[in-house]
Amino acid sequence: MANEHGQKWDRCLADSAVKIATGLGVGIVFSVLFFKRRTWPVAFGSGVGLGMGYSNCQQDFRSPYQLHGHRVKEQ
Amino acid sequence: MLRVCLKGANSAARKCLCGNGVPLHPLQQCRSYTSGGSGSSAGKIVAASVLTMGGGVGGTILYANWDPKFRANVEKSIPYSDQVFGLALGPAAPPPVINKPRKVEPVQISSMSEVWKDSKQPKAKEVQRKAEQPDAEGPPAPAPQETLEEASAQVAQILSAIGEVPSVPAPGTHEAEAVPPPAALKGVPAAAAKCTECEHEPAVKERPEGEVAARLAEQDKAEQDLLTSLSSNLEDALGSTAKVTLQAIGAQEAALQAIAQHTRQLREAMEAEAPPDKKSTQWRVLEDALSERSRSVDEAGAAVLKAKAELDKLRGVIDGAKHLKIAAARPSILAAEENLHSMVVDLDSVVTRVQTAQSEAKIVSQYSELVNEAKAQFQKELNSITPEIQANWKGLTGKLTQDDLNSLIAHAHRRIDQLNRELAEQRVREQIHIDSALEQQKLEDKKALEVAISTALEHNREQMRLEQEKKVEETREVMEAEMRTQLRRQAAAHTDHLRDVLKVQEQELRSEAEEILNSSLMEKETEYRRLTQDQLDSFTLDMNAAYARLKGMEEAIDSHVIAEEEARKAHQLWLSVEALNYTLKTAALNDPTEPLEGAVQAIKESCAEDEFAQALATALPSESLSRGVYSEASLRARFYTIRQLARRVALIDETRNSLYQYFLSYLQAMLLFEKAQEAPPAKLSAEDLDTFKLLSYAAYSLEHGDLELAAKLVNQLKGESRRVAQDWLKEARLTLETKQVVSLLSAYANAVGLGTTMAP
Repeated sequence: MANEHGQKWDRCLADSAVKIATGLGVGIVFSVLFFKRRTWPVAFGSGVGLGMGYSNCQQDFRSPYQLHGHRVKEQ
Repeated sequence: MLRVCLKGANSAARKCLCGNGVPLHPLQQCRSYTSGGSGSSAGKIVAASVLTMGGGVGGTILYANWDPKFRANVEKSIPYSDQVFGLALGPAAPPPVINKPRKVEPVQISSMSEVWKDSKQPKAKEVQRKAEQPDAEGPPAPAPQETLEEASAQVAQILSAIGEVPSVPAPGTHEAEAVPPPAALKGVPAAAAKCTECEHEPAVKERPEGEVAARLAEQDKAEQDLLTSLSSNLEDALGSTAKVTLQAIGAQEAALQAIAQHTRQLREAMEAEAPPDKKSTQWRVLEDALSERSRSVDEAGAAVLKAKAELDKLRGVIDGAKHLKIAAARPSILAAEENLHSMVVDLDSVVTRVQTAQSEAKIVSQYSELVNEAKAQFQKELNSITPEIQANWKGLTGKLTQDDLNSLIAHAHRRIDQLNRELAEQRVREQIHIDSALEQQKLEDKKALEVAISTALEHNREQMRLEQEKKVEETREVMEAEMRTQLRRQAAAHTDHLRDVLKVQEQELRSEAEEILNSSLMEKETEYRRLTQDQLDSFTLDMNAAYARLKGMEEAIDSHVIAEEEARKAHQLWLSVEALNYTLKTAALNDPTEPLEGAVQAIKESCAEDEFAQALATALPSESLSRGVYSEASLRARFYTIRQLARRVALIDETRNSLYQYFLSYLQAMLLFEKAQEAPPAKLSAEDLDTFKLLSYAAYSLEHGDLELAAKLVNQLKGESRRVAQDWLKEARLTLETKQVVSLLSAYANAVGLGTTMAP
């Protein structure tokens, strides 16, 4: 259990790094192809990647406290 | 790794901020332009806020005025709002209270009246009887069929009814009942106050039934005698009066006849011109008739007088009978009165007839007298002129001379002149005479009319009085009959009530007697049982004592054998427990011990019959058996890493678990410094439940070897800190459990060993 915390952080950071890089890449591609080499798609893409990574991290850390409800059909 | 990233992010952020530092200044410049206008805008703002506040407060007050619930809510939530509301609106209306209608309780009153009625009856009975004696003729004679109780009960009911509800008693009984009610009412409250079981009293105070019945029968008989005597009196009087009156009427009729005859004959005699001898016979017959008439008139008068006397006597008798006031005699009295009245009427009518006849006769006799007078006068004159001529001068026409004839004619002429003069005079006086005669006649007529009217009035009055009396009598009869039926009904109700009361009493008495019987029976039974039980107990005690001693001796012998067996087993157990203890010590620094299974198996074998040891052996957690437990030292070492981690995630729990919270929590852990070890207090208060404090308490207790307290303190962690410490906690629990069981076992083994060595 003590290790879980550290494991979560590792996962989280790795995931976020990947996402940011991917976002950045996609942003560059779009900037070059469609938006005439403006900077904003790059920032946008990396921002998207960062956001996704942040959200995933938060979800991962929250997961023990999340309540999962099931709808019970009445018979 | 994280800190590096954070630092990089911070520096990047700082750079960005500095890069954008220039545009700040124009804002500052702009700000100065707006300062001038800020005063009015501030004023506007102030005004707007004041308006809003006032509007809010006013709206609240208005709504509270309209809705009391809202007002109550506001008063509850805002401290001094109730005073403000009180000032503005007046006190709040209290909530509506449903008033239950006051129930009137008539039951008690009616029961009281029942008791009153019940208790009053015997008293009323005897009071009634006492009152009846002096007033022997007062109460109406009840029908002879009614028994004593019914009559007195009826009267008592009437009394009680009078006491509660005003009713109109029968008129005849009014005096009798007016006397007993005050006496009864006075006597009753005292009696009711004295005792409630008044039904048992009457035996002492009431007269015996027979005597009272005899008295009442006497009274009835006396009444009956009186009645019969009265009726016989009345009948006699009636009979005699009737006879006399008939006689009188007969006499009057005879007189009437005689008068009529005389009158007729007189008229005949005067009008008819008969020869002298017949005339004389006629006159003689007339005289006879006259004498007859006078005689009969006298007779009739005497008879009338006698009849009137008899009638008066009869009236006197009737009045006397009336004074006696016996209702049963009334119809006969009424009949007698009617007869009297009719007789009087007849008598009067006959008398009037006779009087009219007499007046007619008077007229005729006067007329005859006048005629006789005239004739006598004429005869006298004739005699004076011609003395020798006799009365019957008609047959003497041949005998008379010329002179005689002339003188006769002259006398006749003179007479004629005289008569003519008289006639003329008479004619002149005629009118006056007629007037005076008329006047006289009128007066006489008036008198006669008055007399007739008065007699007619008298008769009418008498008639009406009789009719009225008859009607009164009839209504009295009807009322009597009704009263009788009502009394009968009340008597029936009373008998029913008595029956019910008697039944209830019987029930009560019976149940009482049964109860007494049952209770005495039970007492006797319990007494008997107690005695037998005592005997049994003493016998059992003796037997038990003997048996126990025998058993004791046997056991002493057996126990020696058992004791040695026990000693051997204890020794074995102790050995196996020592082996278990030794295995616990094999824990390396970071590895658990060897599995304890073998040692536990050995223990189980060695103490196969010992349940306590078996139970303890099975109480060891399965993990310790299969995997082994960690030692305290390893747990202690592990604790420090756990502590670091717990510190770091101190702010995270179910509600706060975003990444930002994680950042804050890390910041807190960095900046917060607590004591590495702090002695835990004897009692934990609320502020001691802070993560950092708990961790320092736990560290302290661990350092001092108290793993249990450390585990307890770590158990108080909350949220994420608790989650990360869960592993360590589990391990600590396992170790503690195993240690506890093992120490118990060893203590037990020691105790058993001690016990066995001490036994002999």
